[in-house]
Amino acid sequence: MEMVNIEINGMPLSVPAGSTILEAARMHGIEIPTLCFLKEINEIGACRICVVEVVGMRNLVAACVYPVAEGMEILTNSKRVFASRKTNLELILSTHNRSCLSCVRSGNCELQKLCKDFRIYDETLYDGEKPASDYDDSAVHMVRDNSKCVLCRRCAAACAKWQDVAIIGPNGRGFNTHIGTAFNQNLSDVACVSCGQCIVVCPTGALAEKDNTKDVWRALGDPTKHVIVQTAPSIRVTLGEAFGMHIGTNVEGKMVAALRRLGFDGVYDTDFAADMTIVEEANELVERIKNGGKLPMITSCSPGWVKYCEHYYPEFTENLSTCKSPQQMFGALAKTWYAEKTGIDPKDIFVVGIMPCTAKKFETKREDESASGYPDVDVALTTRELARMIERAGMYLPKLPDEEFDAPLGTSTGAGVIFGATGGVMEAALRTAKEWITGENGEAVAFGEVRGTQGIKEATYKIGDLELNVCVASGLKNAKKVLESVKSGEKSYHFIEIMGCPGGCVNGGGQPVQPTAVRNFIDLKARRAAALYENDESKAIRKSHENPVVKEVYETYLGSYGSHKAHEILHTSYKKRNRF
Amino acid sequence: MATTISAVPFNGTKEQEQELIELIAAHKGQKGALMPILQGAQGIYGYLPIEVQKLVAQHLGVPLEEIYGVSTFYSQFTLNPKGKYKVSVCLGTACYVKGSGDVFAKLSECLGIEGGACTTDGKFSLEACRCIGACGLAPVMTVNDDVYGRLVADDIPGILAKYAE
Repeated sequence: MEMVNIEINGMPLSVPAGSTILEAARMHGIEIPTLCFLKEINEIGACRICVVEVVGMRNLVAACVYPVAEGMEILTNSKRVFASRKTNLELILSTHNRSCLSCVRSGNCELQKLCKDFRIYDETLYDGEKPASDYDDSAVHMVRDNSKCVLCRRCAAACAKWQDVAIIGPNGRGFNTHIGTAFNQNLSDVACVSCGQCIVVCPTGALAEKDNTKDVWRALGDPTKHVIVQTAPSIRVTLGEAFGMHIGTNVEGKMVAALRRLGFDGVYDTDFAADMTIVEEANELVERIKNGGKLPMITSCSPGWVKYCEHYYPEFTENLSTCKSPQQMFGALAKTWYAEKTGIDPKDIFVVGIMPCTAKKFETKREDESASGYPDVDVALTTRELARMIERAGMYLPKLPDEEFDAPLGTSTGAGVIFGATGGVMEAALRTAKEWITGENGEAVAFGEVRGTQGIKEATYKIGDLELNVCVASGLKNAKKVLESVKSGEKSYHFIEIMGCPGGCVNGGGQPVQPTAVRNFIDLKARRAAALYENDESKAIRKSHENPVVKEVYETYLGSYGSHKAHEILHTSYKKRNRF
Repeated sequence: MATTISAVPFNGTKEQEQELIELIAAHKGQKGALMPILQGAQGIYGYLPIEVQKLVAQHLGVPLEEIYGVSTFYSQFTLNPKGKYKVSVCLGTACYVKGSGDVFAKLSECLGIEGGACTTDGKFSLEACRCIGACGLAPVMTVNDDVYGRLVADDIPGILAKYAE
């Protein structure tokens, strides 16, 4: 690697040529604060918080985009740099809604931290006219409050460049510039897929999930309700982050303890329903291949992806597996099989999902998701909302004991847990399909080709006489590429796994927010996924069809895979939605 | 923030649509195609309502929000049609100090529209302009080619009534 010699704050350093000042400084442990910079997708040098002084240059430069050069002398902490950053912050604050005490991001707001670091002692210094702002709570999954927007455009970049949706973006000009939808329509009226990627990259409280914790508190306080909770596979490896734990720490046992102490009548695992999904979906795939059904079959676990498909590729809705997502399968079985088994009236069962996802909130409200006649799932909370409930209840997660999920809906396999990472559903399905088709019963085989954080992965597996072409995509921009290649006939697959968020659920829009100081330099999705695969390795049972409770449900209740009853309870339907 | 979808019903013709589609086809694939297409579209329709922007989005393969962003960034683009009677109030320095702000507010009140908008019957559109060179008559407004000077807010209902037919 070609290196150049520079000096930062008087220290002589050797750094790779072509790196930015920000990267070069970071390599040597020097932090330069940023606000608008989001690696690879929003490198626009707009907010001027990262400005540094380059000796000999008239103006300060934006460290996030300015490349180093041989002999460059850089000052990151000079008086002039501090004064400039401080003024920039004061100007941002002049139009900011400073209701920090009641803000959802109080405590992990990037603007708040900058103001603290630069000792802003008078946030009203440049108070004056404020631009008109809107508050949009029309959507099921999130709230937009432009009065807290700093116009960094990170949300717009995530929406356009990761998800290729571009449903929100900068509109207007100058003082009236604002982030919004086309023609200022309500978010519920445009083709937003509800993925929430805009929320996890927002530095402030301008974008947030719609808080449903009050609905859960109310249910928990209602003695007539049997309130049960399910946790999605990825929550156990991300919840700890909200309590300052290392990224990629598995806190399954502590999470279970916290939920039990919150007062849930049953603490269960969506992983169980993931196992159900696998057997039902693998069966659907085999049926489609055998009977000339619609191929490629595409997974339907990710509600952001499903909504994207309905809006943007309605011609592919018949390719979607009709299997409900694990969240919904869990709720459907809780209010049918479990209700019957426990003798509790399904109307009194209140099912809460803890999800890595804002689109799961939308999913609970979809049509054809009420197997018992009551909604399969009553409330879906994000990881962040659960963390807030735990905090409010006065629990410090790292200090809780490790407890185990309840039976029967807490019994799961390693195949279920890897659902939380891109490629996990595919691998879990392949483990089961391989045994069904070949009749072999051996160790769980890892299907390495479908693991990893790349946006698109392909593989061909020979299973018995069948050559199975599979593809795994995560992030909707990648989904689009795959769908276009199928549409044009360039590619031919039997089975495609698509997750709406880049990297899958571990990087979902409902996960704990990590500031860009972390996000820009650490691959969150890889670290979190590694913890899931580790968890899989440690499990005694690693194939979905070997889950004893899954077996029991089919033997005593549903009959066989893909039976009429299984279809009534575990399958759903889709509809074509408009793009505009 | 209220939606900026024009309240005036869209009445584009098949011919206009055909012309726009041909225009898009002529620019498609070029770098920076959006600007000339939007300029052309405004030439065809007189403004850029959501119906027209959707056509551009669909045929050019660019997200609607991006098109809307561009159309609200440049002041040469308008989201609203011009009315049969185009009411224009000078908010230049001389007119403004002589009270054209009040005249503008009165017009907005009487017509029930904000500046830049058009009444739903397509009759009146209202906009602010800068100096039209009649400072001696300040404050000044024009309705199409008719010029009205030395105005006070109370003159407005009478003037509008002349165009009521």
